Amino acid sequence: MSTEIQYRKITNDGLWHNNVALVQILGLCPLLAVTSTVINGLGLGIATLLTVVLSNVIVSTIRHHVKPEVRIPVFVLIIASVVTAIELAMSAYFYELFKVLGIFIPLIVTNCAILGRAEAFASKNSVKASLVDGLSMGIGFALVLVVLGALREALGMGTLFANAQLMFGELGHAMTITLIDEYRGFLLAILPPGAFIGLGLLIAVKNAMDEKRSCKGVKVPISAR
Amino acid sequence: MTIAPSSSPFAHGTSSVTKVMLRVIYALLPAIAACVWFFGWGVIVNILIAVTTALLCEALILKLRQRPIMPYLLDGSALLTAVLLAVALPPLSPWWLTVLGVGFAIIIAKHLYGGLGYNPFNPAMVGYVVLLISFPREMSSWLSPQILSDYSLNFAATITATLNGQLPNELQLDALTMATPLDTLKSQLRLDHSISETVSSHPIFGLLGGKGWEWINGALLLGGLWLIYKRVITWHIPAAVIGTVAAIAALFYLYDAETYASPLIHTFSGATIMGAFFIATDPVTASATLRGRLLYGAGIGLLTYIIRTWGGYPDGFAFAVLLMNMVAPTIDHYYQPRVFGHKRK
Repeated sequence: MSTEIQYRKITNDGLWHNNVALVQILGLCPLLAVTSTVINGLGLGIATLLTVVLSNVIVSTIRHHVKPEVRIPVFVLIIASVVTAIELAMSAYFYELFKVLGIFIPLIVTNCAILGRAEAFASKNSVKASLVDGLSMGIGFALVLVVLGALREALGMGTLFANAQLMFGELGHAMTITLIDEYRGFLLAILPPGAFIGLGLLIAVKNAMDEKRSCKGVKVPISAR
Repeated sequence: MTIAPSSSPFAHGTSSVTKVMLRVIYALLPAIAACVWFFGWGVIVNILIAVTTALLCEALILKLRQRPIMPYLLDGSALLTAVLLAVALPPLSPWWLTVLGVGFAIIIAKHLYGGLGYNPFNPAMVGYVVLLISFPREMSSWLSPQILSDYSLNFAATITATLNGQLPNELQLDALTMATPLDTLKSQLRLDHSISETVSSHPIFGLLGGKGWEWINGALLLGGLWLIYKRVITWHIPAAVIGTVAAIAALFYLYDAETYASPLIHTFSGATIMGAFFIATDPVTASATLRGRLLYGAGIGLLTYIIRTWGGYPDGFAFAVLLMNMVAPTIDHYYQPRVFGHKRK
């Protein structure tokens, strides 16, 4: 197998076929808790993306120097250090967003997807492949966060990119799109059940698309029993 | 000449899904009539909107799932879900409330789980809970029975009010609505008014429960007893639900009558009777074994009382039913009847 095809496979796996949120169903706690708006989802998505890329690269670099018996504590230490650095950076530059996301930034340490990538991929592959894997896995996760956030925000509040100033400064005020004027709000979409139902629907859409692609329009009519 | 071999049973019951569903709807008719008498045409308009939405959603989903449309559409299950939800909604509630609740019930609670017979949760109650937690203001503004006798709304005015929120003669909706009996009790208790004080001073309370409500609940009881007589449902679930609610209410009432409402109020207000006979007995989502049904009904009664008394909502029946739906398969697992010829474990 040539290396280029291998990189394409890593990318496709991360973005679609082995997507952290839609296929591995990992990291559900932040996924469900913070996706009430696009901006919250994007903020946590980027933080997670940075964490998984940095931890993958570091783990891959030291993979020959760590004894297998102690690898898990070492991985956890590396991930925790990366997350601490990101948390401090966020509180320095995006303080408002940091306050909104609150406990979910430090909780990235416990996102099993990150330890999962370190253990399953980075500890066995080259630094370059681990970088690509971290990028594609992180982007795949962040995309789901953003799509779910958009879905819930549009249904729940009738807006998109509300509070964008938390991330983009003064420019953000102009980014907020009001889809429906004087929208009454649909509380269910903002509340936790809305997150579960939304994620369920996204997984269903992904499975339906995969099925359609694999059977290429062969229809099996189902008759009444 | 060949004779087609046939095996038992030779006598077939004529029961079918359609027949069961229609009988439940017939049993609801006296209560719907009482509802019209006390609260005006609102409930009829609700039912019309709900049934239309339910049939459209059902047909749409059946088409998407490539199932035959007509047999499933005419089995009456979507119709019953719509009627049950429409009766539970406040009269004069805006049209989109009904459409949203019924749509959610049919599409998400029923068909995404696999359609009739596969849904783990009662669709009508899922629709109700979705509306209750999303639109608490609309869901708690019930008409008051005696104000409506002063300003009678005819059928056309009711339809207008439902569709665009406009009431004739510049009436405000807030002037017609008031809290339900259980809601009144709850808010008055928070203001340190005792139960007996509230019941005697508020005009909403009648002889047994809320004024008007006691008649509607009486009609529901009548319909429910007819269902048991016709063997559409067994007595286990309704008896367990009402018995548990009344027993626990009596216990706390004897302990402190000023902070805990009497068993009569608990039985004849809110959704106790409607739920016990019409909601909890749903053959798909309820427990299927006889002893299991007693436990299932008792669980619903207990949870209803707990949510009503110490929870945030005035009535907890819908939540109680959904919670017990979740454990119904486990209950059935432990209460499976002994197979004939096998030993007890």
